[in-house]
Amino acid sequence: MTDRKSSRTVLAVPQTPEESAAKARRYGSWYFAEHTFRVMRMYAVSVAMYSVGTPLAYLFAMGVGLAALIDANGAGRFGGVDYLTFLAPALVASAALMSATGEFMFPIMDGFKWRRTFFGPHASPLRPEQIANGHIIGVGIRILLPTAIYFVIVALFGAAPGVWAWLSIFTATLCALSFGLPLMAWVSTLTRDAGQFAVVQRFIVTPLFLFSGTFFPLDTLPFFLQWIGWISPLWHATEIGRVLSYGYAEPVWLSVLHVAYMGATAVAGWLLSQRIFRRRMGK
Amino acid sequence: MPLDSLSGSTPEYVISASNLTKKYGDFTAVDDISFDVPAGESFGLLGPNGAGKSTTMRMIGGVSQRTSGTLSIMGLDPEQHGPQVRAHLGVVPQQDNLDEELRVRDNLIVYGRYFGLPLSYLRPKADELLEFAQLTDKAGAKVDDLSGGMKRRLTIARSLVNEPRILLLDEPTTGLDPQARHILWDRLFRLKEAGTTLILTTHYMDEAEQLCDRLVVVDKGRIMAEGSPASLIRRYSTREVLELRFGSERNTTVAADLQGIGERTETLPDRVLIYAADGEAAMEQVSLRGLRPITSLIRRSSLEDVFLRLTGRSLID
Repeated sequence: MTDRKSSRTVLAVPQTPEESAAKARRYGSWYFAEHTFRVMRMYAVSVAMYSVGTPLAYLFAMGVGLAALIDANGAGRFGGVDYLTFLAPALVASAALMSATGEFMFPIMDGFKWRRTFFGPHASPLRPEQIANGHIIGVGIRILLPTAIYFVIVALFGAAPGVWAWLSIFTATLCALSFGLPLMAWVSTLTRDAGQFAVVQRFIVTPLFLFSGTFFPLDTLPFFLQWIGWISPLWHATEIGRVLSYGYAEPVWLSVLHVAYMGATAVAGWLLSQRIFRRRMGK
Repeated sequence: MPLDSLSGSTPEYVISASNLTKKYGDFTAVDDISFDVPAGESFGLLGPNGAGKSTTMRMIGGVSQRTSGTLSIMGLDPEQHGPQVRAHLGVVPQQDNLDEELRVRDNLIVYGRYFGLPLSYLRPKADELLEFAQLTDKAGAKVDDLSGGMKRRLTIARSLVNEPRILLLDEPTTGLDPQARHILWDRLFRLKEAGTTLILTTHYMDEAEQLCDRLVVVDKGRIMAEGSPASLIRRYSTREVLELRFGSERNTTVAADLQGIGERTETLPDRVLIYAADGEAAMEQVSLRGLRPITSLIRRSSLEDVFLRLTGRSLID
């Protein structure tokens, strides 16, 4: 590129547009993920404090306070373990699901509508589906790390006795994606913010949190409410978490189903999001 | 043709559009327009809001699919080679879409990463661009704290991070105060001097006159006229314009009394325009007929007059 008239600048760009395009084609999703990391770095301190503070608060309140009461009265209802051990996998998974709820709603609306931050990278060599992927990678890691911290704190409380308990870090993150990616696909279609996000929080996330076998086994609920658990990624993550954490007895096929259900919904949400991004940004 | 840019030679036209059309349902936003832009030219699309300028820009920028027609950027079809075409371009959108959560300098670095540019290049480059945009002392500020003009300059700096040879500017100075506009024009003029091809849309005639070597006047998705600002004025208007104000009630009634003065008159709600080669002479004739306007003004013809002549409407409604 010797004919380049770069008199206005001292620094010449070290690669040709063709090379830029080739790199973007290969690593574009990671380039956008890098952007989300840089944004998250601005909030690193509050995220870290939240990641440690939340588990401590929950584990003290439920695990020490409530558990003492429950273990004194209802011991034996929880598959032979104490209440805290029963509860912990559900808490880890629900914390992951709740951060996913925020991260797959507001930044998407911000990107398309509020501050239109997706349209900056859209003018670069990145493709719309890479912007979607990059956000998913960024949020995935953003959820994986605090989930790992949560798990470590649970272990320190002595509530993760099994050898494979640590695998629940990944099943909890999968739960977050299983709920978050279909949510992202839906939010990507929104053109107006008419209070839908508060509705999601109040009428979807809260019931899921309460009725997914979180605080008590799902089968103690009346039958007509149990379906909430079956479709809830949180129930699937909680159950598989219990299997991994303390060897909760359930048929193997059911354990496989938990993971398959979460995987399938995550993949469906992912593919749908890519499609919607492509369509919405190519108009 | 696609390999031209690799070998270092430049295609004859960096942008070539023919019969370009874009429809949204029944609405035709861009209606069968054709134009070619040679390298290094500063080319403008002048027209009112809703004329189809931004839609055209988005198609050139490879982010909007055309309905029909052909389009080639650096010899490439943006629909077939989107990432490659976009790697050649710098884009300043109509609405700033900076990341307000990031600091000013980080906005430039993050953007450069989308092109796969290494940090060893981007860090010093960001400083260089901040200097160019006169934002060096704002490097560590949050974007939120910048004024409108500063944000605009940062968006322009961002668009230059890959050293594009083609820069697309969609309404670059809309919403800015006069001083901020002049700073921006100065920066854009420097880019033009350095050989960057500028494609800009505007509904400000003074901006078009300042920056464009050549422009097309667009209205309702169609090209009404094409040429340099001076040639368009020569072709569609007279050398001078006499502007008379008789008060909002009399403007229309007095028009009949002005017949025959100058080459042409145009009656607007707030004033009457008389197009004449010699404004002073036209003014004398007005006085001879005993007409006493409240105010009178003689000025050179501008692109605004061209637009009025072509469409019967003003640029800014």
